[in-house]
Amino acid sequence: MHENIFKINEKEYILPGSRACQGCGLALAYRYILKALRENTIVAIPPSCLCVLHGLYPTTSTIVPALNTTFASNAASASGIVAGLNALNKTDMTVLALSGDGGTYDIGLQSLSGAAERNTDFIFACYDNEGYMNTGTQRSGATPMGAITTTTPILTKQEPKKDILKIMEAHNLPYLATVSPSYPADLYDKFVKAKRIRGTRYIHIDTPCPPGWGFPTKNTVKIGKLAVETGLFILFEIENGRFRFTGRSKTMAERGKLVPLVNYVERQERFKKMSIEQLGKFQSSVNSRWNECLKRAEG
Amino acid sequence: MNEVRIITGNEAAALAVKLARPGVIAAYPITPQTSLAEKLSEYVERGDLKAEYVRVESEHSSLTVCISASAVGARVFTATSSNGLLYMHEQLHWAAGSRLPVVMCCVNRGVGAPWSIFNDQQDSFSQRDTGWIQIYCRNNQEILDTIIQAYRIAEEVYLPVMVCYDGFILSHTMMPVEIPDTEMVEKFLPPYRPHTILSPDNPKTINPVFFPTRRKNSEGILCDGYMEMRYKLQAAFEKSREVIKTASKEWAELSGRNHGGMIWEYMTEDAELILTGMGSIATEATLAADVLRAEGIRAGVVGIRAYRPFPKEEVVQAFRKATAIAIFEKCISYGYEGGVCSDLKAAFYGTDIKAPIHDYIAGLGGRDVKTGEIVDAARATLETIRAGETDNKTVWLNCHTGG
Repeated sequence: MHENIFKINEKEYILPGSRACQGCGLALAYRYILKALRENTIVAIPPSCLCVLHGLYPTTSTIVPALNTTFASNAASASGIVAGLNALNKTDMTVLALSGDGGTYDIGLQSLSGAAERNTDFIFACYDNEGYMNTGTQRSGATPMGAITTTTPILTKQEPKKDILKIMEAHNLPYLATVSPSYPADLYDKFVKAKRIRGTRYIHIDTPCPPGWGFPTKNTVKIGKLAVETGLFILFEIENGRFRFTGRSKTMAERGKLVPLVNYVERQERFKKMSIEQLGKFQSSVNSRWNECLKRAEG
Repeated sequence: MNEVRIITGNEAAALAVKLARPGVIAAYPITPQTSLAEKLSEYVERGDLKAEYVRVESEHSSLTVCISASAVGARVFTATSSNGLLYMHEQLHWAAGSRLPVVMCCVNRGVGAPWSIFNDQQDSFSQRDTGWIQIYCRNNQEILDTIIQAYRIAEEVYLPVMVCYDGFILSHTMMPVEIPDTEMVEKFLPPYRPHTILSPDNPKTINPVFFPTRRKNSEGILCDGYMEMRYKLQAAFEKSREVIKTASKEWAELSGRNHGGMIWEYMTEDAELILTGMGSIATEATLAADVLRAEGIRAGVVGIRAYRPFPKEEVVQAFRKATAIAIFEKCISYGYEGGVCSDLKAAFYGTDIKAPIHDYIAGLGGRDVKTGEIVDAARATLETIRAGETDNKTVWLNCHTGG
């Protein structure tokens, strides 16, 4: 499936000097997303790290038409862009709504579910950095169990991460995929593919966050890779209901073995209070989900 | 040829929207707005109106869809009532701050808690400061004509317009309405030409983060800060007064119907007692004025048509001869008094208008306001003032307020 890496669109849509943090997983992902979607793309943005990345008026680090909206409304905003373009007979556009995990799992879920149920012709991508990172690392529905956040500072988060992929899959979308900026070719291919499909397409981006997760900025790609190699974050796509592994997860499914989760956990400050018991639960949930996917890929 | 039909306020609104030719409609059902949203769905599904109809999952989303569709250059429409409008609150500010000519109908209804499905104007009144032009209609003909005018106004000053009319009293009551023909409306309302659109042809990030101070762009030019943008919003409101009046006048020249620009007046020329209010209660007040005139009391009515921008010059002119003022309003600013009352007092401050003002809070949650009740209240106001009483007061009309 991979397009040759040398075929990746050479044009840059994010200019040097964005306001993203050093080592930002979103900045890395966004660069390849925009390359994959090319011109004739409009981006819907909620208040989030992406809004900051786009810069402060009157300057911006991006060359893309983008519309900011309120936190709860990004998928509805994209629906409005799509409806407006249709009304004006501009049908050759790709509309991308790009929200963080708060704007997807929590405050943005209602409008996302509504837009997906209407099979609105757009791509909704969630850059999941597992917390409200833009406001200073507060707990979200996407924060994993055992993580320290600024609103779970002493006891850590007690509940596991919400399974948003199951929720989105239940909307029977024509295309659903997971990507990681640590594997840009896989990410690029999936956005290229998504661009060619009509209806609501959902893409989930694992987005390592150095300040929020507590790891050195040079390790963003490494942490993203460990998320995949431990089986915590699985690269896959579901096209018209058919599940298949992709990229590194595919080779792991064929012949690999999972790297123990402790290798991922011990590299991040946010997990420093994680108990042995929590780690055990975390590992077994990863194992069972991995096995579930293996079965699904066979079937 | 113009045709006269006997229709409800909601159908009058739907016909007006059809004539205004929006490209995108988004709505979420709420009583008493529903029959308007249903009628528009029917027009679209039947092919009578060529528009994208987005059947959203909430009011927050219906206004969002309109905002974003407007940002790409489409003419848009939505409608709601009561808690639906409250749920839009965040987006009301967003639409105004975005300077987009969104037009919506607010079919006025009381807000919860406790629940009421019946009419008052607390819903739109409580959204007064969101940066929307608000126009209140007194009958079904005015609803139709005002929606057509609203697009003209919105697209000229780049402000969103809320056309408000009373739930059930107008929305579900049939009245004869003259339907203008398409050519007349097209002449009055040309296709929407946006000043900026969201497009790959000229990539921009719209509504990014602003700083308190002005900042230079890449060419070294100092650009607006947040405060300058807000000042421009206010300046657009100041400009909108003339635009509202012109729209009303030009529509009158074409249609023969003038509902007034900022306000309308009924027998105020020699009036000592002036009754005032917004929407259908002001219509009711004209019947009361007739009764009072028959009793020999020189009564007149001022209808507040545009509530924002507030018609400060017009009301000073209209009330200058009054010796007694009775306001009938279906909203209140809790902890103070009725909103129209506060605004009138502020407009009168420093002028020669010294007439005492009696503010009647009336008809909340759909409590019927009968002509006779307005007559009695207005007569009592005049009598106390004639007797030398100079204090202003707030009275809850037909409400059991004692022990």
